[in-house]
Amino acid sequence: MAEGVRHSTMDLFRSEPMQLARVIIPVESAHRVISYLGELGLFQFKDLNTEKSPFQRTYANQIKRCEEMARKLRFFKDQMQKAGFISSTKPTHASEIILDELEVKLGEQESELIEMNANSEKLQRAHNELLEYKLVLKKAGEVFNSAQRSATTQQREHEHRRVERSLDSPLLLEQEITDLSKQVKLGYVSGLIQRDKSMAFERILFRATRGNVFLKQYSIEEPVIDPVSEHKVEKNVFIVFHSGERAKNKVLKICDAFGANRYPFTDDIGKQIQMVKEVTGKLSELKTTIDVGRHHWKSVVQSISHQYEQWNNLVKKEKSIYYTLNMLSFDVTKKCLVAEGWCPVFATNQIQKALMKATIDSNSQVGAIFEILNSKESPPTYFRTNKFTNSFQEIVNAYGVAKYQEANPGVFTVVTFPFLFAVMFGDWGHGICLFLATLYLILREKSYSSQKLGDIMEMAFGGRYVIIMMSIFSIYTGFIYNEFFSVPYDLFGQSAYDCRDPSCRDATTMGLIKVRETYPFGVDPVWHGTRSELPFLNSVKMKMSILIGVAQMNLGIILSYFNAKFFRNDIDTWYQFIPQMIFLNSLFGYLSVLIIVKWCTGSQADLYHVMIYMFLSPLEDLEDNQLIFGQKYLQIMLLILALVAVPWMLIPKPFLLKKQHEERHRGRAYQPLHSHDDSGERESNNGGHEEFEFSEVLVHQLIHTIEFVLGSVSNTASYLRLWALSLAHSELSSVFYEKVLVLSWGYNSVTIFIIGIIVFIFATVGVLLIMETLSAFLHALRLHWVEFQNKFYQGDGYKFSPFSFALISDIEE
Amino acid sequence: MYGFEAMTFNIHGGYLEAIVRGHRSGLLTAADYNNLCQCETLDDIKMHLSATEYGPYLQNEPSPLHTTTIVEKCTLKLVDEYKHMLCQATEPMSTFLEYITYGHMIDNVVLIVTGTLHERDVQELLEKCHPLGMFDSIATLAVAQNMRELYRLVLVDTPLAPYFSECITSEDLDDMNIEIMRNTLYKAYLEDFYRFCQKLGGATAEIMSDLLAFEADRRAVNITINSIGTELTREDRRKLYSSFGLLYPYGHEELAICEDIDQVRGVMEKYPPYQPIFSKLSYGESQMLDKAFYEEEVKRLCLSFEQQFHYGVFFAYMRLREQEIRNLMWISECVAQNQKSRVHDSVVFIF
Repeated sequence: MAEGVRHSTMDLFRSEPMQLARVIIPVESAHRVISYLGELGLFQFKDLNTEKSPFQRTYANQIKRCEEMARKLRFFKDQMQKAGFISSTKPTHASEIILDELEVKLGEQESELIEMNANSEKLQRAHNELLEYKLVLKKAGEVFNSAQRSATTQQREHEHRRVERSLDSPLLLEQEITDLSKQVKLGYVSGLIQRDKSMAFERILFRATRGNVFLKQYSIEEPVIDPVSEHKVEKNVFIVFHSGERAKNKVLKICDAFGANRYPFTDDIGKQIQMVKEVTGKLSELKTTIDVGRHHWKSVVQSISHQYEQWNNLVKKEKSIYYTLNMLSFDVTKKCLVAEGWCPVFATNQIQKALMKATIDSNSQVGAIFEILNSKESPPTYFRTNKFTNSFQEIVNAYGVAKYQEANPGVFTVVTFPFLFAVMFGDWGHGICLFLATLYLILREKSYSSQKLGDIMEMAFGGRYVIIMMSIFSIYTGFIYNEFFSVPYDLFGQSAYDCRDPSCRDATTMGLIKVRETYPFGVDPVWHGTRSELPFLNSVKMKMSILIGVAQMNLGIILSYFNAKFFRNDIDTWYQFIPQMIFLNSLFGYLSVLIIVKWCTGSQADLYHVMIYMFLSPLEDLEDNQLIFGQKYLQIMLLILALVAVPWMLIPKPFLLKKQHEERHRGRAYQPLHSHDDSGERESNNGGHEEFEFSEVLVHQLIHTIEFVLGSVSNTASYLRLWALSLAHSELSSVFYEKVLVLSWGYNSVTIFIIGIIVFIFATVGVLLIMETLSAFLHALRLHWVEFQNKFYQGDGYKFSPFSFALISDIEE
Repeated sequence: MYGFEAMTFNIHGGYLEAIVRGHRSGLLTAADYNNLCQCETLDDIKMHLSATEYGPYLQNEPSPLHTTTIVEKCTLKLVDEYKHMLCQATEPMSTFLEYITYGHMIDNVVLIVTGTLHERDVQELLEKCHPLGMFDSIATLAVAQNMRELYRLVLVDTPLAPYFSECITSEDLDDMNIEIMRNTLYKAYLEDFYRFCQKLGGATAEIMSDLLAFEADRRAVNITINSIGTELTREDRRKLYSSFGLLYPYGHEELAICEDIDQVRGVMEKYPPYQPIFSKLSYGESQMLDKAFYEEEVKRLCLSFEQQFHYGVFFAYMRLREQEIRNLMWISECVAQNQKSRVHDSVVFIF
C-alpha cells in the first residue's frame, strides 16, 4: 500500500494524512475566521509567539476582559447556587448577544446584585443583632429576677432571724445588713460570647481584674447566627459584674478583644418588658423587609440563571478565540495575521469553505489565503474514531500515541482485548450480569453523558463499550468452559459419557465410558466435580493460552512487517521481520503445532519432554513422544534455524545502516545542517542528516536482539496468566457457590438460606464481578501493552489537538 | 542516629516531604520574575500569576486590584498549605512546624502592642498581623499596660510564655523597650528552636543548625547596625545576641563595641562565609545589606532541598515562599507606583 493511496476501510489502521498549512488572514476578518475554524474543529494552531509572555501579546486586553467576565459569571453561579437554582442546560434561543453588549449587561447585573447583597446583609445583620439582644434580655432577665427573689427571701430570713435571736445577734451582722441597702452599685456588662471562647474569656477576665469580677454564663441551646461572621455558632449569654471605672474599661476591652457582642440591659423589670416589646416589634418589621428583599433578589438571580449557560459558553468561546489569535503572528505590513498549523488532508475543502464564508460574512475586501507548506517536522497523529472505537483507541493511547501513520494496534484491540479478558473471565452467568449492567449504562447514555458522574462511575461509563464487548465475549467463553456461576449445564445436548452400569459404583475407580457423540460445544458437563476435573481443565487452558499467545505475538511481528513496508524500510523487513518470524515460530510455533497435533490425534506424548530435550539432546530418539513422522530431523532443522536467526537479527542491520548513512552523507557533503530528522531509517527523507554513532546503533541493536530472544520465551510464559486467572476465577466462584449457597441450603432453615443468598450475592458482586473484572482487565491490558505491542509499536507520536469549540465547552473548571 | 533516617523517616515524614517538595516546584522561577517585571499594570501581574499556582486564589478578585489584595491572597495560599501540612504531621514534626510560626507570633505581639501604644484601632492592627502568627487571645494584648501584665494576661497561654522569663519588668511599655522585648524574645525563640533541632538529631540537626546560625548571625548584625547611635549600652546590646551561631562568642564581643557600619564590616569580614556578602557592598553602605543577606539566605535554603529525610525542607519552603511573597509585594508596589526602574532593587530570585 503506497502512501496517499488509501482504502476507506483502513481508516483506523493508519492515522489520517496531515499537512502543515499556513493561513494568511486580513485583520478585519480574523476573529470570524478563527471562530469558524473553531466550529469546524479540524485545525491545530501552532504558537508562533512563544517568545512573548501572555500579557505582551496582541489580544491580551481582550483576554483580560473575558477573564473579568468569567469572574462575574462565577459570581453569578455562586449566587445561583445560594438561591438553589440550577442553570438550565437547554440553551435558550434568545437573541444572539455580542461580547460588548454582554460585558455591559454583566457589569450592570453584577453591581445590582452586589448592592442588593450589601443591603440585605445590613438588614440581616441588624436582624441578627436584635435576635441576640432578645436572647440577652430573656436570659439576663431571668437571672435578675431569680436573684432578686432569692435576695428578698434571704433578707426576709435575716429579718426573721434577727427578730428571733435579736439578743444574741452580733452587732456586725446588723451593720452588714444595713450596708446592703447603701452598698456601692455594681456595674455590669451583658452580652453574648462564642461558647468555645468562653473559658478563655473567663480566665482572662479573672486575671485582668485580679478576681474582682463576678461572671455568670448561660448557654443557649440553639446555635445563633453571628451578626459579624454570619455563621451559625453556639453562644453563651454572659453577665459580668464589676466595680469601678477602671475595671469597667478593662472588661469592655476584653469583650471587644474576644469579639463578644455587648448589649445594654437594665435591672428595672418594667423597662425590661418594654424593651422586649420594642425588640420584638422591630424584629418582625425587619423580617418582612428582608423577605421582600430576598424575593426580589431571587427573581433577579432566576432571570440570570435562564441565560447563564448561553453567556458562559459565549465567554468561553470568545476567550478561546482571542487565545488562539494570540498565537498568530503579524506580517510585516501589520494588515494581516499569519496562522500556521496542522490539519488533516481531507479537511482542506472544508477549511477553505469556512475561510470563504468568513470573508463574505465580514465584508472583507481580501480573502484569507490558505497554502500548504512542506515540513520535516513529524505531523500529529489523528484517528477518526467514533464513540465505540474511541475507548479502545484510548487504551492504546494510554500506552503511547502512535507515531504518525504507523500501524495502529487499536484496530485489533477492539476484538483481542475483550477476547483475552473473556478467557480469564469465562462464566456466562457473570457475563450476563456484566452485560445487563453495562446495557443499562448504554441505554441511558444520553442522560448520563450530560451530567457529572463520580470518579469511578465516570470510568465505567467512559469504558461502557469496552465492558459490553468484554461481557459478550465472556458469555461466549463461559459457554466454552460450561460455567454458569460455576455450575455446568448441558445446553448443547447430553454428555458423551455415562457409567458402566446403572448403579454407577465404579465411576470413580474405573471411569466412565463414551456412549454418545462428543459433546458438541465446550467442556462436557460430566467433568464437573470429578477428581480429574482440575488436571483436565488446567491442561486444556494452559495449551489454549499458549496457542492464543503465539498467535497474538505472530500478529505483532506481522504488523512490524506492514510498518516496514509502509515506510519502505527494506532493512527492517529482511533483517528484523524475517529472522524474528523464524525464531519465534521455530520454537513456539512448533510447540503450537505439536499441541494441535496432540489434540487431533489423541496422542499421549509428553510435550514438556519434547520441548526440553529438543534443546538438551537434539540427536536423541524421541521414542514414545514422537507425534509426526521425521520429527527428530524437523527438530534439528528448527533448532539450527533458530540459532541462525539470532546473529541474523543482530549483525547485518547496524552495518547496513552505517553504509546507508555514509552514502547519503557523501552525496550531500555541503548540505546545510538541519535541526533534526524523525527517523534515521526512513529512506524517503529528503535532506537533513543526523549524527550517526555506530557504536550506539550497535548497542541498540544488541539490546533489541537480546530483548526479543529472551522476550519470546518470557512473553510466551506470560500468556500463561490467561490460564492462571481463569483458574482463579472458576475456583473462586465454585467456592462461593458450594461453601455459601449449597452449604446454607443444607441447613433446611429459611433464615440461614436467606443469609446464605445475601452473602453469595455480595461475594459474587464484590469479589467476582468487580475485583475479578478489574484484575482480568489489568492483565489483558498488560498482555496488549507489553507482549503484543512491543513487537512493532513505537508509540512516540503526539496527538492531534485541534482548536474546537466542541472540546472547549466540555471543560469545566 | 545520623545516617539512618532513610530507614524510618518515610513512615511519618515521607508523605509530607513529598508534599513540600511538590510545593517547592511551584515556586516562581527567574523566567516568571522576568515576565512579572515587565508587567505594566497590576492586572498584568494577576494575569501572569493566574498561570501559576496562585491562580485559584486570585481568579475571583474583581479588577481594580490593589497590592494588598495580591499579597493577602498569596499569603493565604501559604497559610492554607501550612495548615494542611500541620494537619497531616505527627510528632515531632508537628512541633517543628509550630516552631516555624513563633517568629511571626513575636512580630504580631510587637505589632499589636506598639499599635495600641500609639492608639490605633485594634481591628485595624489585627488585619495587619501575619496570619501564621495568630493565636486565640491576640486581641487581648491591647489591654496590657506593661510587660508583666502582658505576660500574665495573655502570653502565659501561648507558646511564647517561656521566652518571656528574661523580659518581665514592671516598666511601662514604650517604643524602646518593646523593641528590646522583640529582640529578647527572638533570641530566646531562636535558642529554643536550635535546642529543639539538636534534640531531633540527624540531618535535621545538621541542616537546621546551619540555617538557624545564619539567622542568628544576621540578627546580631542587624541589632548592631540598628542600635548604633541609640542609648542602648554595650552590655544590653551584648545580651540581645543569641548564644550560638558562627559569631558566638568572640564575634559578639567585637560586634558589641562597634560604633559604625564599617567597624561591623571589619568584624564580619573575619568570617569567611560572610565575606562575599560584604564584599558586594561599598564602604559605608547599609541599604543593600538586607538584600545581600536575603540572597545568601535563599541560597542556603535552596541547598537544604538537596538532602533528603530531614525537616529542614519545611522551614526552607516556608521561608522561600515568604521571600517570594516579599518579591511579589515589591514588584506590585513598583508597578502600582510607576517605579519600574527600581523593580530589580529588592527582588531576590529563588531559582
